Amino acid sequence: MKRPRKVIVIGGGLGGLWSALRVAEAGFQVDLFSLFEVKRSHSACAQGGINACFDTKGERDSIWQHIVDTLKGGAYLANQPPVKSMCEEAPGLIQTFERMGVTFSRTAEGVMDLRLFGGVKNRRTVFAGASTGQQLLYGVDQEVRRQESLGRIQKYEWWEFLSLVLDGRDTCKGVTAMNLRTLEVKSFRADAVILATGGMGQTYGHRSTNSTNSTGAAACRAYRQGAWFANTEFFQFHPTAMLGDDKTRLMSEAARGEGGRIWVPQDPEDRRRPNDIPEQARFYFLEEWFPSYGNTVPRDVASRAIWRVVHEMGLGVDGEDKVYLDLTHLNPGFIEQRLHAILDIYRKFHGSDPVHEPMEIYPSAHYAMGGLWVDFEKDEQTGGLKFGSQRNHATNIPGLYACGECDYGYHGANRLGANSLLSASFSGRVAGESAATYLLGLQDDLLSVPEQYYESEISRQQEINRSLTESHGTENPYSLQRALGNLMSSQVGVVRDNDKLRQALESLKELEQRSMNINLQETSNWSNQGLVFSRQLQEMIRLGQVITASALARDECRGAHYKPAFDLTIPENTYPGDPAYEAYRQAWKRQNEDWLKTTIASAGKDGPTITYQPVDLSVLPPEEPRDYR
Amino acid sequence: MKTIQFQIRRQDDPYSPPYWESFSIPFRKGHNVVSALMVIRENPVTREGRRVDPVAWEFNCMEEVCGACSMVINGLPRQACSTLVDNLDQPIRLEPLSKFPVIRDLMVDRSRIFTDLKRVRAWIEIDGAWNIHRGAPRVSPEAWKENYLYSRCMSCGCCMEVCPQYGEDQTFVGPATLAAVRLMNAHPTGSYHKTQRLHAIMAEGGLSDCGNAQNCVRVCPKQIPLTTAIGELGREVTLQMLRDLFGKSE
Ligand SMILES: Cc1cc2nc3c(=O)[nH]c(=O)nc-3n(C[C@H](O)[C@H](O)[C@H](O)COP(=O)(O)OP(=O)(O)OC[C@H]3O[C@@H](n4cnc5c(N)ncnc54)[C@H](O)[C@@H]3O)c2cc1C
Ligand code: SF4
Ligand code: SF4
Ligand code: FES
Repeated sequence: MKRPRKVIVIGGGLGGLWSALRVAEAGFQVDLFSLFEVKRSHSACAQGGINACFDTKGERDSIWQHIVDTLKGGAYLANQPPVKSMCEEAPGLIQTFERMGVTFSRTAEGVMDLRLFGGVKNRRTVFAGASTGQQLLYGVDQEVRRQESLGRIQKYEWWEFLSLVLDGRDTCKGVTAMNLRTLEVKSFRADAVILATGGMGQTYGHRSTNSTNSTGAAACRAYRQGAWFANTEFFQFHPTAMLGDDKTRLMSEAARGEGGRIWVPQDPEDRRRPNDIPEQARFYFLEEWFPSYGNTVPRDVASRAIWRVVHEMGLGVDGEDKVYLDLTHLNPGFIEQRLHAILDIYRKFHGSDPVHEPMEIYPSAHYAMGGLWVDFEKDEQTGGLKFGSQRNHATNIPGLYACGECDYGYHGANRLGANSLLSASFSGRVAGESAATYLLGLQDDLLSVPEQYYESEISRQQEINRSLTESHGTENPYSLQRALGNLMSSQVGVVRDNDKLRQALESLKELEQRSMNINLQETSNWSNQGLVFSRQLQEMIRLGQVITASALARDECRGAHYKPAFDLTIPENTYPGDPAYEAYRQAWKRQNEDWLKTTIASAGKDGPTITYQPVDLSVLPPEEPRDYR
Repeated sequence: MKTIQFQIRRQDDPYSPPYWESFSIPFRKGHNVVSALMVIRENPVTREGRRVDPVAWEFNCMEEVCGACSMVINGLPRQACSTLVDNLDQPIRLEPLSKFPVIRDLMVDRSRIFTDLKRVRAWIEIDGAWNIHRGAPRVSPEAWKENYLYSRCMSCGCCMEVCPQYGEDQTFVGPATLAAVRLMNAHPTGSYHKTQRLHAIMAEGGLSDCGNAQNCVRVCPKQIPLTTAIGELGREVTLQMLRDLFGKSE
């Protein structure tokens, strides 16, 4: 009998689990790799919800509106056919989750409840209490466990993906991975590999809301072996993250929505406790600068305003990077009821009570819109994805697929809240299906790939381990990551400037050199966490270079990428039809002619090489600029 | 200088003997146990001034939702990421969970939890992960409220740590796994396969091993009403036994 073909899935978050399921259901064998038990993946952190148009609130919500909101929110930078299909398939996907046992919150009638999320007008967000991501993850986790018990999926938890194995024709035929306990490096053969390794927030150090394992290292390894990155300059910063030395924690938009006010002391030297600072000595800058929206301006606007107050005006609380988010003027009973989850997190992790004392917050790296470049095939009949095509979610390396937050697919220049649990799940499903199609078309026998490709990759990886464990350098890997985080947050963050980006590139090269001269402080060859971390750190620094080079090359403001030197703003008090507005619209269109294109970064000898690709705009041509007034 | 003192139970690998080491870091407001361990790992020097290998431990989400960072802190199993140092007596004693094999220092191997979830078939049988153009049957808000309590179990292992019936050489699947059965049985279509799950927990290592000591429910960081689930399952199992005896289909 012929050996069944096999797919390796790297990553057990929503993206990875979905793709593993679909490959297994197509009748192929799956090896599923994860840094830890898949149930502990970062997807569990998402609280808010997942978007799908059910229109059960009498608002005449429509799938079309979901498509429009996603495309416009992303400043038209996303390829449109995949977005169209994602929004169309969302309700069916949610119902599948429901069948898997996900405990979605219910209305009085027992149907799934919907809530309102940022950037849209209709209620379109399904949620499960205050732990939507956790519940969705557990839903697929259970199904994967069932497939595991049927022998179709084999898990390799506590194994870290290190590199791809490419055959003589640069086709991906497996991976090397390291057992995180024994530190053994092994190769694994596969007919196709799917990367679903999640976000890269840790490149911004502890100033990120991501889990400590969201390093982007795995994607960067594939990049260095030839895979392209796309649009990595687009990083969403969440304006209101609670500070912490270990990581920052998300305080949801709801805090502002329910009446929270953001302020700093007018006098930067004012060291009084916030409650002792009288009204007239406070600067409510959002209310002052944006009289009509006040504290409820969109995420990116809020982040930039906070940045300006702290960095340009020097008004950060205690001279540090922080501002107050104040709920103390609100009725305690009311906020307890409406904002229970936020209050809970703040009390638990900060130890103080936001009902009585203003919270300290600052914008934090939250979501990478960019990631590994992936292809798609458009169905000319529907204008959406051609389902079952092996091109969907294929990277530029044959046999290598990518899905979830590590790809770049659906969010363009900015992500709509509650759209990424959707894209992670949907892209996982699609990637699994297209890998299955790819397998059907394969002719060669996997065992015919010469062993030498696997062996040489293993020795290359062992060599990296050896150079780190035997190095008696002077650099501390953890201090280096903090330096990386500070650099990225301050120079490649919310507000960007070409001179600073150029400096940042230089500093990153320096950091890369320093990361080659590490002292692991640890000699053990068993569960050596320093070794694992240092390897990831080196990749994070390289990834930082990709992000920075991409940001430097793009001379415009679009979505989350903000370079004030190239800003176009809507002239005040003008509306479509007014000559001033129409002149703005023309300027905006000219900017689109120059810059409405996908950034591609490929690994060159001296760092990233940047090129561009056109965007498929066949669903909604860019006629209307984003206007949140 | 104000400091934070730690005593940490260490073990180099699964086969070597444990030993204790003390560490001290400068005081800083707002530390949790994970962020303090991060300070130690950056400069792993004991109180006596000896440079040692950094302490190994598990963490990921830092928001008490992934379940990775469980350890015994001053005698109680808890999530290290949500345990604030300011609320603890010092020196703070850190130990690995004792009911699971130690990998290294504070890291343990909890894979058994997931094996047991397989044993009790803690999943919903679906025809496939594709769209069948309808969802699951409706769920009343009251039923949702109860189910949701259980669906937050993050397999952290704290409840198993304090359960007198749970241990490396005992077969009892433990409170969290039983609660998973309760949750799956309550799903509108999950209930179709209730009998299989009930039979699984009527076998060795199942429900009857619970001595009803109620320790589990007191330590669960997610306040999951474990003993309520165990009580409900007790009634279900009795009914199931009668059905099995008299061959009635309901
Ligand atoms: C605080 C927070 C709140 C959020 N809230 C929402 C929300 O309300 N709604 C929404 O839509 N989105 C939200 N998001 C975004 C969303 O959670 C993520 O985009 C999504 O969960 C990513 O899923 P994933 O499957 O791509 O990756 P992850 O869940 O991060 O999984 C990555 C997997 O890859 C594995 N892995 C990584 N590297 C390797 C390697 N080298 N070898 C082996 N395995 C590896 C890991 O073990 C893990 O299993 C939120 C994000 C954050 C940070
Ligand atoms: S009630 Fe049962 S499961 Fe809970 S601790 Fe006691 S013996 Fe263990
Ligand atoms: S029931 Fe509670 S204590 Fe037990 S594993 Fe689940 S979350 Fe942890
Ligand atoms: S790190 Fe996830 S629960 Fe503590």
